[in-house]
Amino acid sequence: MAGQGEALTSSSYIQHHLTNLTWSVDGGWNAHDAGFWTFHVDSLLVAVGLGVLFLWLFRSVAKRSTVGVPGKLQCFIEMVIDFVDENVKDTFHGKNALIAPLALTIFVWVFLMNLMDLVPVDLLPHAAQTIGIPYLKVVPTTDLNVTLGMSLSVFALIIYYTVKVKGVGGFVKELTMQPFNHWAFIPVNFLLEAVTLLAKPVSLGLRLFGNLYAGELIFILIALLGYWQLPLYFPWAVFHILIIVLQAFIFMMLTIVYLSMAHEDH
Amino acid sequence: MNINATLIGQAIAFAIFVWFCMKYVWPPLLDAIEARQKKIADGLTQAERAGKDLELAQAKAAEKLKEAKAQAAEIIDQANKRRTQIVEEAKSEGEAERSKIIAQGEAEVEAERNRAREELRQQVATLAIAGAEKIIKRSIDKEANSDIIDKLVAEL
Repeated sequence: MAGQGEALTSSSYIQHHLTNLTWSVDGGWNAHDAGFWTFHVDSLLVAVGLGVLFLWLFRSVAKRSTVGVPGKLQCFIEMVIDFVDENVKDTFHGKNALIAPLALTIFVWVFLMNLMDLVPVDLLPHAAQTIGIPYLKVVPTTDLNVTLGMSLSVFALIIYYTVKVKGVGGFVKELTMQPFNHWAFIPVNFLLEAVTLLAKPVSLGLRLFGNLYAGELIFILIALLGYWQLPLYFPWAVFHILIIVLQAFIFMMLTIVYLSMAHEDH
Repeated sequence: MNINATLIGQAIAFAIFVWFCMKYVWPPLLDAIEARQKKIADGLTQAERAGKDLELAQAKAAEKLKEAKAQAAEIIDQANKRRTQIVEEAKSEGEAERSKIIAQGEAEVEAERNRAREELRQQVATLAIAGAEKIIKRSIDKEANSDIIDKLVAEL
């Protein structure tokens, strides 16, 4: 669906689907070039809604959880918990009460946000348009801000735990005395290690964003085909089920790996 | 697609969710899982122990049964021995009784025969005397010849 008053062309259709509903401190709703203090309202609302859904579901099960014979929902939730717990235990060998819940939150939340990709691309934007909302991008993980927001949070945790476990000196030493343990190589080492360090959050965020953005774009392109979209939509959706779980898992796994690296001395 | 404050909003939401998850979701669920794991493990060990106990009890029962069978066989054996003994005793007793009765009968028969013989002898003596009396009635004095008669009687 195109914006109001515009002719429905392929490029405008795609453009419309890739535009966020924004609100900025300076320009208000949907201002052009509104600067840094702009919020993608749709991404944030969907993301927070899904996060609340996740926590509500798990919390309600946790409150009713019994040691005896579990119900079907509890079984399912426990399977997820056990899966995450196993992965954390396999990779992370220290004692940290944060890692496992963090991994669980990432896995389920990212999965739910990715899952929005399987909602037919026109359904929610079109529904929003009929009640007067001009733009709606329903998959939060196709928004670079969302994925980078998470990966930078993970990055902050990496630095926090590196400093906490190895001290500021250890952190600096890690940045400057590797891989060549000689004072003369400090600039080279620093260059290499800084890139390694910074590549972690950037690759983490961009990987998720890129996969989901590309997937969404292909859904939009398929939707452009008219009647031919039906035989194409189904296989891509099936394939995408794999991608959304896989990306959620990769995000979780890399977070665990990075944090366990932060805890370990070389 | 530009970087803007959405990033900060997402990071804040992320932090809050992780905190909530760490505080209220993860511990109770994992506790429940671990408690159940422990319960199941306990149950399994108990079941194993019960199985071992059962095996032991079965072995004991089999042993007891074997013992009882042996005892029964012994008792039957004893009874058999006792029976033959009793039968043997009864047989010998019967034999003794029989020979006793036979001996008694024989003795009685002997006594009877002696008595009859005595009687017969008396009668023959009397008859002989009567015959002799009749034959020699006329001439011979009865008193004078009685010693000869007595001699005769004794010789019979």
